[in-house]
Amino acid sequence: MIYRETGQFKAHYQDDQALFPIAQDRYVVFAILLITFGVVPALLNEYWLNAILLPFLIYSLAALGLNILTGYCGQLSLGTGAFMAVGAFSVYKLMVAFPGIGFSPMVVLSGVITAAVGTLFGLPSLRIKGFYLAVATLAAQFFLIWLFNKVGWFFNYSATGMINAPPMTIFGSIVTGPEADPIAKYYLVAAFVAVFALAAKNVARGRIGRNWMAIRDMDIAAELIGVRPLIAKLSAFAVSSFYVGMAGALYFAVWLGSAEPTEAFDINQSFLVLFMIIIGGLGSVLGSFLGAAFLVIMPIMLKNLMVDGFGTTSAMAEHIQIIVVGVLIIGFLIVEPHGLARLWRIAKEKMRLWPFPY
Amino acid sequence: MRRLTRTILAALMAAPLMSGIASAYELVMPTLDYRTGPYAPNGIPFANGYGDYLNMLNERDGGINGARISLVPCETGYNTKKGVECYEKLKGEGQSGALVFQPLSTGITYQLIPKASVDEIPIFSMGYGRTSAANGKVFPWVFNFPATYWSQATVFVQYIGEKEGGMENLKGKKIALVYHNSAYGKEPIRTLEKAAEKYGFEFMAMPVDHPGQEQKATWLQIRREKPDWVMMWGWGVMNQVAIKEAASIRYPMDRFIGVWWSGSENDVLPAGAAADGYLSGAFHQPGDNFGAHDDIKKHVYDKGMGLGDRDRIGEVLYNRGLVAAMWTSEAIRKAMEIHGTNEVRGVHVRDGFEALEIDEARLKELGLEGFTIPVKISCENHEGPGQVALQQWDAKAKKWNLVSGFYEPLRDITAPLIAEDSAQFAAENNVTERSCN
Repeated sequence: MIYRETGQFKAHYQDDQALFPIAQDRYVVFAILLITFGVVPALLNEYWLNAILLPFLIYSLAALGLNILTGYCGQLSLGTGAFMAVGAFSVYKLMVAFPGIGFSPMVVLSGVITAAVGTLFGLPSLRIKGFYLAVATLAAQFFLIWLFNKVGWFFNYSATGMINAPPMTIFGSIVTGPEADPIAKYYLVAAFVAVFALAAKNVARGRIGRNWMAIRDMDIAAELIGVRPLIAKLSAFAVSSFYVGMAGALYFAVWLGSAEPTEAFDINQSFLVLFMIIIGGLGSVLGSFLGAAFLVIMPIMLKNLMVDGFGTTSAMAEHIQIIVVGVLIIGFLIVEPHGLARLWRIAKEKMRLWPFPY
Repeated sequence: MRRLTRTILAALMAAPLMSGIASAYELVMPTLDYRTGPYAPNGIPFANGYGDYLNMLNERDGGINGARISLVPCETGYNTKKGVECYEKLKGEGQSGALVFQPLSTGITYQLIPKASVDEIPIFSMGYGRTSAANGKVFPWVFNFPATYWSQATVFVQYIGEKEGGMENLKGKKIALVYHNSAYGKEPIRTLEKAAEKYGFEFMAMPVDHPGQEQKATWLQIRREKPDWVMMWGWGVMNQVAIKEAASIRYPMDRFIGVWWSGSENDVLPAGAAADGYLSGAFHQPGDNFGAHDDIKKHVYDKGMGLGDRDRIGEVLYNRGLVAAMWTSEAIRKAMEIHGTNEVRGVHVRDGFEALEIDEARLKELGLEGFTIPVKISCENHEGPGQVALQQWDAKAKKWNLVSGFYEPLRDITAPLIAEDSAQFAAENNVTERSCN
C-alpha cells in the first residue's frame, strides 16, 4: 500500500547499500527532519520545548550511544550515568576555563574526553563478558561519581558541589543559562541529535558496524573471520561514550542548567537509559528514539492527562503513572521481546508485502 | 474500550472549558510537593500544613483581601528533573501566573534560582536552599528567612559550647556531621570547617548517599571514632534510619543534633523509646494549641476538606508548612498593600516579601502568638532574623519541646562566607549587584 516498491530499480551496488534503500523511507526521514526543524518550533510553546522535547532529544542521544555499545556490539554497560557526568563536568570546565572556543565545539570536545574515559573503562571488556562486564562498568559508575563529589577541582570548589552553566551564545542567541531562548536551545539539541543519529546509522551499516555486530553475535567466530576484538570492542566503547558524553553535556548545560553529581547522574540514570534501549529495541537507531519517547514523554503526558483531564490529585496521578508505565513495559515486552523497533519492522514488512502479507 | 476512549476525549475537551468558567482573579500558588518516594514521610505533613492554611484562608476570609487562592499542586518526588518540569508547567498557570515558588528541596531550589529571576517569580526557600541567597543584593528574587543552614550550624556550635561549659572547652573536642550527600547536606560543611578552625575542635564529615537507607558503615565509623557530638543534615527515610542506628550503637541522644529538617515525629517515632533526648533545630513551636489550628479544624476539617488526618495537625512538619503558608500569604497581602491592587503578580509579590514585617502583634492577630520569631526582611537581608532554637524529643510523652531560647548566629563566621559565595555566583552568572539605597 504505502510501501509500493514497484519501479524502484537498483542498478548499482551503491543504491542497494544506501542509508535508506527504500524511497518511502527517505521521504519519511525528510518529512521528519522538516517537521522537527520547520514546524515544531513554530507550533509548540515553551513548556513543550523546555520540559518535554529537550529531555526527549537528549535522552535519545544517550540511548543512541548506549545502543551502539550494548545493542550493536553486545557489551552490557551500567556506567551510562557516570559517562554522562564526565561529559557534563568536561563541558563545565571548558565553559569556565575557555569561554572563547564556542559552545558546539565544547560539546563535541567533551564527547571526545568522555570517549577517552570510556575507552579506559572498556579495557576490562577484553577479558570479561556479559554480566561480569556489567559489574565492571558498575564500578565506573560509582568511582566516577565519587570522584566528582570528592575532588573540588571538578566543581571549581563551590560550597555545595553543584555546577552551574554560565551563559553561552551560538550565532547571537543564548543557548545555556537562564536567559536562553527555548527555540535556540531546541534547534541546537535537535541539530546535534539529527547529525549524530544519521552518523550512527551510517557507521552501523559499514565495516565498523559489521565488526561490532559480528562480535555481538559470536565473538569467537568473529575472531576467526578476522575481526580484531581489541579494536572492535574498544572502538564501540569509544564511540558509545562519545555519544553519551555529548548527551551528558547537553543534559547539564542546555536542559538542567545546574547539576550535582549524586542526583543528576546516579545509577538510576544508567538504568533509565538501559531500559530505554531494551524497550525501544537493541541494535536499532529508531529504537533509541522510541524508547526515549516511551520513558520520557509518555509519563509526563500520562500525568498531565490525569491531573488536568480527570482532576486526580498529583500524588495519585504519580502512583497511577508508576503502575501504568510498569504494566505497559511488561505488556510491550510480552508482545514483542525485541522492543518497539521490532514492532515497527514487522509492520513495515507487512506493508511492503501488502495486500498479501504473511 | 470505545467507552473509555470516549470518556478520555470528553475529559480532554472539557478541561479547557472548565478553566474558562472561572472569571474572578485568582492568586495562583503552585506547590511542588512530594507525597511519593523515599522523602514522602517528610513531604506529606509539610504539604498538608501548607495547603490547609491556605484553604483555611479561602474558607474563612474568602482568600487574601478577598482574592481567592488557587492551590496548584505538582508532584516532584523530591526529584530535581521532575521539579523543573513542574516549574515549567506551572509558571504561567492561570491569569496571575505563579506568584511564588516554594520548592521544599535544596536541589530544586538551586535549579530554579536562575530561572525564576528571569521569569520574575520569587522563590521562598524557607530555611533551606542556597544560603548565600541571604544576600539580597545578588539574589533579589530569592528569600530564605527565617534563618539559613550556615546560621543554624553556628547555633549548634554555640549550643555545644554552652553544654561543654564555655566555647573555650570546644578545643580538642570531636564533632561529626552525618549528611545527605547532595547540595543540601553539603551546605553546612564550609561553615563548620571555619568554626573548627576558630574554636579548635576536630570536624569529621560523613556522607550518606541517597536515599539513606544504608548507614551501617557510617555508624560503625562513629562507634570507632567516638565523636563527642554528632550533627545531622538528613531528610526523608535517612533521618529515621540514622536515629535508629544511633540508638543501636547506644550513642547518647542528647549529644545528637539534627538540622530542623531532621526533627519531626516521623523521624524519631520508629526508634521508639531509644530516641528519647534527641535534639534538633527549630524556628517555631510544635503543637496544635494555637488559634490558627483551631480555625483550620473549624473551617477546613469540619467541612471535610482537610488534606491529611485530623490528629496529625500540629506535628512539627505540619506546623512548618503552616508557617511557610502564613509568611507567603502575608507577603502577598503586603504586595497588595504596596501596589494598591488585588491583581498582584510575581513581580509584585517579590516587593511584598522584601517589605515583609511580621511582629508579635501581627502574629497575635493571625492566631499564632508566640508560635515563631518576628521577621523583618529588607532589600539587602533576605535571611531575616537568622535566629535558631533547639527542640528535644520526649519519647514518653511523644512530644517535641523547645529546650532553649533563640540563639543569634555567629555572624563573624557566616557573613564573610555569604559575601564570598554570592560574589562567586555573581561572577559566574554575570550578575551585577544591585544597590539597596
